[in-house]
Amino acid sequence: MIEVSGLTKAYGDLVVVDDFDVTIEQGDSVALWGPNGAGKTTVIRCLLGLVSYDGTITVNGMDAKDDGKAVRSLIGYVPQELSFYDDMVVIDLLDYSASLRGIAPERVDEVVEMIGLEDHQQKLVRELSGGLKQRLGLATALAPDPPILLLDEPTSNLDAGARESTIRLLDDLKHQGRTLVVTSHHLEEVGMLVDRVIAMEAGVVVTECAPHDLAERLGISAWLHLITSKDQAAQAQTVLTEAGFSARMNSQGVLVEVSAQQKGMAVTALAEAGIEIEDLEVWR
Amino acid sequence: MTMTADRVITERPEMTTILRVARKELRSSVTSRWFWMWVLAFVGLALILVLVALPSTRIGGQAGFGRTAASLVTLVQIIVPLMALTLGALSIAAQRETGALRFLMSHPISRTEAFWGLYLGNSAVLAVATTAGFGAAGVLTISRGVTDGTATFAWIAFASWLLAMAMLGIGMLISTFAKRSSAALGVAVFVWLILVFIGDLGVMGTAAATNMPVSVLFFTALANPVEAFRLLALTAFAGSLDALGPAGVYAVDTLGDNLDLSLLIVLLLWLALPVLAAWQRFRGKADL
Repeated sequence: MIEVSGLTKAYGDLVVVDDFDVTIEQGDSVALWGPNGAGKTTVIRCLLGLVSYDGTITVNGMDAKDDGKAVRSLIGYVPQELSFYDDMVVIDLLDYSASLRGIAPERVDEVVEMIGLEDHQQKLVRELSGGLKQRLGLATALAPDPPILLLDEPTSNLDAGARESTIRLLDDLKHQGRTLVVTSHHLEEVGMLVDRVIAMEAGVVVTECAPHDLAERLGISAWLHLITSKDQAAQAQTVLTEAGFSARMNSQGVLVEVSAQQKGMAVTALAEAGIEIEDLEVWR
Repeated sequence: MTMTADRVITERPEMTTILRVARKELRSSVTSRWFWMWVLAFVGLALILVLVALPSTRIGGQAGFGRTAASLVTLVQIIVPLMALTLGALSIAAQRETGALRFLMSHPISRTEAFWGLYLGNSAVLAVATTAGFGAAGVLTISRGVTDGTATFAWIAFASWLLAMAMLGIGMLISTFAKRSSAALGVAVFVWLILVFIGDLGVMGTAAATNMPVSVLFFTALANPVEAFRLLALTAFAGSLDALGPAGVYAVDTLGDNLDLSLLIVLLLWLALPVLAAWQRFRGKADL
């Protein structure tokens, strides 16, 4: 269990995390969600004892300051981007990380296979794509089979395919009963990964809720791109405007601003007017 | 001490962890182009100096290995401090900048283990570099049939490594304060200029302008680790400091038989104090 109480971190006069409290039970999956500069990564760094802070952090009853090594032995950490150790061979980096945790080499082989790095283990880190580097980060974090995983923006540098496979892997890990703490600024990703979201802004917790409630609570709207035939685009804009939406035409159809609960209503309004929707996309 | 899932974790520093970090540092360095550029430059210049020095060994003055060592001292006091200062300055700052240090410290290791691992690894790198330079010069000297003075040569090689270690500590101290590697590198080069060139000229200029007493002049010069190395090397192959004029005579008169020991203590203090200060700074509250 992770208990954070009164966590405050300042760089000079700049307070980046202010009186942050959270309790995360074993097996919970929690996202720290917010824009860049919200303080999410700083909370992760405090949990790992990488920066000084005021307040208390305990993990399974151990103080993160006094028992830092023991606390870190329970945590697998995946950094936002593995942009270092570029000249190391992948398997050497994994072996090095494992040796610092006292893990047997056989376990490294297991993790390489589990993460799907078999064909890349003799490459230099710098030769890996963003997605493979993310997998390498995951491999180093998973090698000790830790009960807690801290993931800093785990999909931020990934293309659509790599993002999907990473989310699937993390979902598996969640169902294995691991505690997941994820930082993210992607609303959809948070919905797929975790059961609880702590929204932060300027170092302060704004709200804490289930992922599907977040958009409504924070009044976050999305743009729905409804693709229609060119002949019907103008009519679609009129229908949507009359239904109370803010809508405008573009080359493929209409763009309509919708709140979290209104996406279906916009589609229904067009269907009732007899306008055929060929495809749709949600933009945030 | 804490028992986690399947192993005992002690907050006390563990030598095996320090050695793992050190081995990784050494391995990374010896596979880098920068390291080989330094080694090749050091070895190349050392060999050139030996080739220049050896033909005159039988003409007069210092002969044999002493001559080789004497010719290397100037090279060492310029190249070794620059190599060690920049290596130390980049050791922490560069890893902090790239995120490698945060990744390392996300493992169950303490800051003390990480710091001494980095220091030990970089010390080994410098040992390899100085051994390569002196080794090549030694082999070339022996191949020319010169075998006298090997002890002096080995002593100066050892003193060079001590100088390198002292400079490494200063570099690492700079590194703990620097937020960016470029800043750390800039300060390291500035310190090198002060210790190797400007400091000497400054002491001379101040002495001339203020009629500085010989004792103050000597001890001011001694405060510079590069100068302490030079004096130590000079006493090793010349047997005295007469070549330094009044300051040299004063040194011999004042310290007598303890001159070598005093110079060695100065070097050892420079080796210990900056690195201990760097360790204190690193294990304290510095954010990674």
